[in-house]
Amino acid sequence: MADRAAPLAALEGAIADAVFAGATLRTVPFLAQVGIRLDPAGPAAPRVAAALGLELPEANLVTESGGRRALWLGPDEWLVVAADGEERALVAILEEAIGADGAVVDLSANRTGLELSGPQAAEVLATCMALDLHPRAFGPGRCAQTLLQKAPVIVERRGDDAFLLLVRPSFAAYVAEWLVDGMAGLAADLAAV
Amino acid sequence: MFQIRCPYCGPRDEPEFKYGGQAHVAYPSDPEALSDEEWARFLFFRDNSKGRYAERWNHAAGCRRWFNVIRDTGTHELVGSYRVGEQPADAR
Repeated sequence: MADRAAPLAALEGAIADAVFAGATLRTVPFLAQVGIRLDPAGPAAPRVAAALGLELPEANLVTESGGRRALWLGPDEWLVVAADGEERALVAILEEAIGADGAVVDLSANRTGLELSGPQAAEVLATCMALDLHPRAFGPGRCAQTLLQKAPVIVERRGDDAFLLLVRPSFAAYVAEWLVDGMAGLAADLAAV
Repeated sequence: MFQIRCPYCGPRDEPEFKYGGQAHVAYPSDPEALSDEEWARFLFFRDNSKGRYAERWNHAAGCRRWFNVIRDTGTHELVGSYRVGEQPADAR
């Protein structure tokens, strides 16, 4: 494979310098991401569930099994996420399962990852996102497509204190700078107390 | 700012949505048979009523689906939303 450039390579320094006790930001440059479109009541849904070993989730939810996750994106649309390098195998499995009853597209290069974790991760995210991040509304295992300021993102809650953001490479620097700024702002608030 | 209930994703803030004009404006079954005036009425003329108004919205930054919203044009109250294919009475 040709050399790949991590979309946020130029910002790694700024991200590493963002020191805030409550949260840590980390880039996840490459992930296998495969988009699927199919009728959840149609014949392909059970075949996909069997092939992946996980049920396609209902609205706003994520299912996970064996290192693969399915994120709900819409009533007939999901994103299957796995470790970098698995994309070709995933596409092959999904094309076989779906056949002519839907669509499979390798979207791995379409979005890059940012992982925000720590006890105040939700507060950092809330400095730049209007989505209700309270565990009552957006607990672990939930995902959403929403806006981070002006940038469209997929946000997944990976645990009580961990979020994964999937962002288009051209918006990634904008998103990372907002998060770094949010961390700096909260750190300053803390220092002022 | 509105908080709009997407029938698929749930309540979200208005910047995630795009407005699509009056709902339930049917495409003419035989456009060729229309006079210029009738065609112009289909293209450009919309109700401008006070009270409950059915309009289309698209969840552009979310699931990207079109759906319908009942909004009170007098008070700006969002009465409810419903999926394409459902009736205004289904709004919730």
